Amino acid sequence: MLPGETAIIAGFSDPELSVKLLEMGFLPGTAVRFNFTAPLGDPVCVSVSGYDLSLRIAEAAVISIVN
Amino acid sequence: MGLERKLKIALTGKPNSGKSSLFNRLTGLKQKVGNFPGVTVDKRTGTCQLDDHTVAEIIDLPGIYSLYPRSLDEKIVSEIFADPDHRDYPDKVVVIADATNLKSCLLLLTQMIDLGIPTVLALNMVDLAAKSGLSIDVNKLSSTLDVPVVLINAREGHGLDKLKKSLAEPLSPSASRIFPIAPEIIPAVNIIRAEFKLTSDYAAYLYLQQADALKFLSVRQKEFIRQLAKQYDAFPGKYQGAETIHRYGFIQDILNKIILRLPNPEWKRSSYRLDRVFTHKIWGYVIFFGVLFLIFQSIFAWAQVPMDWIDRSFAYLSTYLSKKLPEGPLFELIAKGIVPGIGGIVIFIPQIAMLFAFISILEETGYMARVVFLMDKLMSKVGLSGKSVVPLMSGWACAIPAIMATRTIDHWKDRLITIFVTPFMSCSARLPVFTILVGLIIPDKKLLGFFNLQGLALMGLYVLGFVAAILSALILKMIIRTKERSYLIMEMPTYRMPKWSNVGYNIIEKTKTFVFEAGKVILAISIILWVLASYGPPQEMNRAKEVVRSETQNKTITPQVFDDRVAAYKLEHSYAGIIGKAMEPAIRPLGYDWKIGIALITSFVAREVFVGTIATIYSLGSTEDQPTIKNRLKSEINPDTGGPRFTPAVGFSLLVFYTLAMQCASTLAIVKRETKGWKWPLLQLGYMTGLAYLSAFVVYQVLS
Repeated sequence: MLPGETAIIAGFSDPELSVKLLEMGFLPGTAVRFNFTAPLGDPVCVSVSGYDLSLRIAEAAVISIVN
Repeated sequence: MGLERKLKIALTGKPNSGKSSLFNRLTGLKQKVGNFPGVTVDKRTGTCQLDDHTVAEIIDLPGIYSLYPRSLDEKIVSEIFADPDHRDYPDKVVVIADATNLKSCLLLLTQMIDLGIPTVLALNMVDLAAKSGLSIDVNKLSSTLDVPVVLINAREGHGLDKLKKSLAEPLSPSASRIFPIAPEIIPAVNIIRAEFKLTSDYAAYLYLQQADALKFLSVRQKEFIRQLAKQYDAFPGKYQGAETIHRYGFIQDILNKIILRLPNPEWKRSSYRLDRVFTHKIWGYVIFFGVLFLIFQSIFAWAQVPMDWIDRSFAYLSTYLSKKLPEGPLFELIAKGIVPGIGGIVIFIPQIAMLFAFISILEETGYMARVVFLMDKLMSKVGLSGKSVVPLMSGWACAIPAIMATRTIDHWKDRLITIFVTPFMSCSARLPVFTILVGLIIPDKKLLGFFNLQGLALMGLYVLGFVAAILSALILKMIIRTKERSYLIMEMPTYRMPKWSNVGYNIIEKTKTFVFEAGKVILAISIILWVLASYGPPQEMNRAKEVVRSETQNKTITPQVFDDRVAAYKLEHSYAGIIGKAMEPAIRPLGYDWKIGIALITSFVAREVFVGTIATIYSLGSTEDQPTIKNRLKSEINPDTGGPRFTPAVGFSLLVFYTLAMQCASTLAIVKRETKGWKWPLLQLGYMTGLAYLSAFVVYQVLS
């Protein structure tokens, strides 16, 4: 995904992290917007469920999106 | 009812939902900070008069997203709610929710409802919600959930009377049940519910799902639940994902019904525009280092003014008391042991207050999350987190407030490593020691006509401390194992102006914590060291004047010089002196003699004491005049070599030792307070002293 793009969440590839992500509002079927990257390339800032979150790229990589 | 009732009310909610503002509003200054037993999480409680008949004890629980325990904070909260016998188990719960961000705030509320605890929903930031164009049907929200809903603005204090009133009224738990427990485990849930006499199926379900995380259960009880879970194939976490999705589905249904108008997405615009500057690849760092510099400047330079004032006042009080009080060991203890000891605690207050003023402003405005965002990649490489930056840099001024500032790091391992390595950062107390020794062994010359050699040496010492901190963090990253996984999924709050009263409460809270909790240990250590340095075997101490008199028989000396010599003789024969002499074989390989040994012992209370002790032991009285001390040290002869005592090798060895050794009772005390035990401070003391000893040994052996 590129900054500014929006996608629909399909699921997660890491069961342990998925629970945390679900709690924070990353729900399958909802939209997530990739806002921008930190200057050093990691972490990233996204919008989901009506608020903004930052997460590391390794954590974001767990989320799969609907093509 | 004429009798006053004391209700227990717990405040819970997601981080950044305004929980502390509400807590400050409800309790004012009637709050205190304690500990949850056995863990490193602060427990803030306070009292609040709800109406004429009702007083409530308000407990501010750590901010959490849901009842599933992962971090320490979350574990505390789920333990309280799962255990009706817990001393903090509340009569009522206030779930505070950010109205502009309802969805993720309601998750916890649905769990509270299922637990069957009487709950009130406080919708906060209704002013912002209105500004954003959001419109909510509050009555419908309340009737759908069967929970009273109160609109508040915690920052301004609006709606608090209504909230208090609704808390004072009798409140029954919500009749709705949101999460249906899977049919195949219902028998197991019923067994647990009966066995532990629980009030809700959901509580029993939580037992079944996370028995191992609930510390109040006995081994036998845990085993009982484990067997049951095995029998019904309900392994821990099995239903957790499904539960969260179900709850969010339920919340979305409600939101669809109660949101009359969606917010205009434009309202966050100014916040996004600020982010473009604050997280810019150049300006972001320029601003951040500017802020760091300002913090550093304030605790390094500005705090110095009140600190000097405190220092002088206590010194004056001590001299005044020792003149006024009658003679006797008890009065001497008060005037020369206890009063300076208390002064040694009070002196930290300006730095703590200033650092926490800055930190709470950074937190309140939402900028702290951006600091983490900017620095996380760099810091995570050495086992620290983006949140370690501010404490670590503050360590250059003073490790005490810096270590207290690690509270903002929620991940325990990251926090522990930051606490562990922060004392390596060269603090301002090392500066008097550095300047004396650098001035002594390094010529005041310029290199290439530009760089002052002494300045370069001083900078080198700061770099050495920094490198030691980073390398130690790397080592610790590999050694410390935790089950908790380090992740950085954190909210980026919308920027807003700080609420100054919250900043004030935070400063008061941190200062109180330091004075009353770390203060005890600091006072105890400083009194012990004072006793060691002032008392010795009586026959030797009583002879002091006689001996000095006979030594100086044929010389004419002023009474001042005589007194200084007596003081030196007494220190030499005090218990500290005896220990210093006894440890001479151990410190000889570093190039030190017993006189330096005594200074090492006395300066354990605080590094700068080194200078005062050296002055006393070399019969200079209590002067702190640097040139005088420097000249005296220069002329000191090493009896073994006939050359000067303070050779460059000895000087460098001492400099390295003071850069790396802990040598600070207050740091020890604050680490004990922050890690809730003696294990980590003692490990840290051992590690730092060991490293300092070895490094000083190598330096001395190579140079001499």
